Amino acid sequence: MEQLVLLGDEAIAQGAIDAGVTGIYAYPGTPSTEIKEYAERSREAREGKINVCWCANEKTAMETALGVSYAGKRGMVSMKHVGLNVAADPFVNSAITGANGGLLVVSADDPSMHSSQNEQDSRYYGKLAMIPILEPGNQQEAYDMAHECFALSERLHVPVLLRITTRLAHSRAVVRRRKEILEQNPLTLPENPMQFILLPLSARKRYRELLVKQERIAREAEGSPFNNWIDGSDRSLGIVAAGIAYNYLIENYQDGKCPHPVVKIGHYPMPVRLMEDLYQSCDTILVLEDGYPFIEELLRGYLNRGKRIMGRLDGTIPRDGELNPAKVAKALGLPVHDGIPVPGLIVSRPPSLCKGCPHISSYNALNEAMTSYSKGRVLSDIGCYSLGALSPYRAIDSVVEMGSSITMAKGVADAGLIPSVAVIGDSTFIHSGITGLIDLVNSSSPVTVVILDNQTTAMTGGQPSMTSRIENIVEGVGVEKEHIRVVNPLPKNHEENVKIFREELAYHGVSVIIPRRECIQTATRKLKQARNKTKAGEETS
Amino acid sequence: MKKDIILAGVGGQGVLSISALIGLAAMKAGLFLKQAEVHGMSQRGGEVHSHLRLADVPIASDLIPDGKADLILSVEPMEGLRYLPMLSAEGWLVTNTQPFVNIPNYPELDLILQEITRVPHHLAFNAEEMAKEAGSTRAVNTVMLGASIPFLNIAYEKFEEAITDFFQSKGTEIIDMNLAALGKGSDFARKGRGW
Ligand code: SF4
Repeated sequence: MEQLVLLGDEAIAQGAIDAGVTGIYAYPGTPSTEIKEYAERSREAREGKINVCWCANEKTAMETALGVSYAGKRGMVSMKHVGLNVAADPFVNSAITGANGGLLVVSADDPSMHSSQNEQDSRYYGKLAMIPILEPGNQQEAYDMAHECFALSERLHVPVLLRITTRLAHSRAVVRRRKEILEQNPLTLPENPMQFILLPLSARKRYRELLVKQERIAREAEGSPFNNWIDGSDRSLGIVAAGIAYNYLIENYQDGKCPHPVVKIGHYPMPVRLMEDLYQSCDTILVLEDGYPFIEELLRGYLNRGKRIMGRLDGTIPRDGELNPAKVAKALGLPVHDGIPVPGLIVSRPPSLCKGCPHISSYNALNEAMTSYSKGRVLSDIGCYSLGALSPYRAIDSVVEMGSSITMAKGVADAGLIPSVAVIGDSTFIHSGITGLIDLVNSSSPVTVVILDNQTTAMTGGQPSMTSRIENIVEGVGVEKEHIRVVNPLPKNHEENVKIFREELAYHGVSVIIPRRECIQTATRKLKQARNKTKAGEETS
Repeated sequence: MKKDIILAGVGGQGVLSISALIGLAAMKAGLFLKQAEVHGMSQRGGEVHSHLRLADVPIASDLIPDGKADLILSVEPMEGLRYLPMLSAEGWLVTNTQPFVNIPNYPELDLILQEITRVPHHLAFNAEEMAKEAGSTRAVNTVMLGASIPFLNIAYEKFEEAITDFFQSKGTEIIDMNLAALGKGSDFARKGRGW
């Protein structure tokens, strides 16, 4: 059996490939990016047997995967947790249409917000859509679950949500690959020609079918190999451990044997019988789960009248932040080993824009041009340039979610702060800035939009950006040509750039400035690759 | 056998590659491993660390429990100190003394070096200097890798094999230079540890 050392993310990609997936779609976002990147490097992708694509955003990615499923083949879409907000419309409705070919939605949550703006828990989305949710506890399970999810999706004719968290997504361990690699499904249209037509008349029917399916969905979870009872004789406490939380639990016992009975959860909806047994046979229940108190809330119920349930809601475990072995030890009343405290002189080292980053010159020019106006009018967005909020730049006043800069700037202008400025990157503009720009144009809002074009998605490691035609798009949606200014953000162009910023800020209408210079990181990488190539050429010639 | 290692440094310094190389050597030695990395925003010059766990039995948690690390291997003097709460009472701090200053309020280096000497088991040295002796300052990480060897219970040859595999595409010159850097780090640490 082939053994590979894989990140949790990579294990998911490998599992999907080995299950005969036909298309994998994604928008980059930490901690999910490596799923698509791994799939792209696979032999299957290189030989053109599977489609692996970055998409404009998570919604387009989700819809493309749904299209693959419609055509009877297996499709997968992967994204970070907040990406599922963007894809929520097709996601929830894909449960109503149901799947034809297996459809797997992977959402990577980021408790502790290592690289995100919130720590929302994707399991709530799974519950909202009323579909099965799988949650791996280790890299092997990530592989096995990704593989099994397609068959499950086809058995139940619904999409399946696979939820992971940062820690597993970005941790490596050995994964045993299955011997048998499945063939791709043949092309087959849905048996029922109305399945994907969600007019109210048919949608009502589809929804009722989804409701009827709930029993089978629950039965699958009840008998799932990913939900287990691990017995223990000390029934003063019963433990529910979901996904990776199980590892932290057994880490706390020398021989890996917990004295209390444990229900290990990897497949939702929660297995009622196992939960019932645990609840009945133990005095108190401890719930260990990474993310929100999803299981805990359900167990307690609204009135919380039953047995004592411990977890994040009663403060046994901190309400926010990812779990770790020490938090679990404390919850179990076990001793925690404190190392040496952090010396007082240690200061934090926040991430910062790279030396020579084009955004630095853009922010310097913008800051200088803004000195003529009062503070608080620069709305920004998600990307490396979000770091412009920190000193020494302190150039931006908001960072909320993908695309919000342009539309919030319109709101700010509508509220009376004129001019207002939006600062957005090229990838984020493609992701969800274009529609906002159309809103601006339609109302001739006095907003200057700065589209920082570094020609890549730098934040997540330099994925190719979606277009090289930003100014064509801007012109196409109706921004006047003389107010579309492309500048080169280099220190030596500072004075000239400040002048251009000033001119456009003074214009009472929609203007767009595009500072264009490639990200230093990707530019250097390309240079190195080119150098290696010529070197290799010299060696062989 | 169980070895829990925290690798520390600054985003862009190549902490993940040291972690990968130890992982490779551990695999060659037939050990189980788990290696939790940090990707994403902090890689932009922020503080980064990696948890690397090696054992001859399956490993449960991807994260090392607080106060249980056997070794903190740091490419940067201040960064190693940041993870002291992870270190066990018998654990070692092995650190480069060359600072990476990319923040305005970087503490005085002398004070940092003093703090390091307060750690019961510590080994601090200028890895850049050693890398230069081996042929290139770019081999700093390989010197650090070498310095970890006396603490790990994995045969030296496994690391040589790992280096050879890792730098295969770069040619024999680079491999030899890294092997030299590995030896320098390892020799120094062996002496420093009193072997
Ligand atoms: S990765 Fe590129 S865009 Fe991001 S901070 Fe560095 S140079 Fe700037």
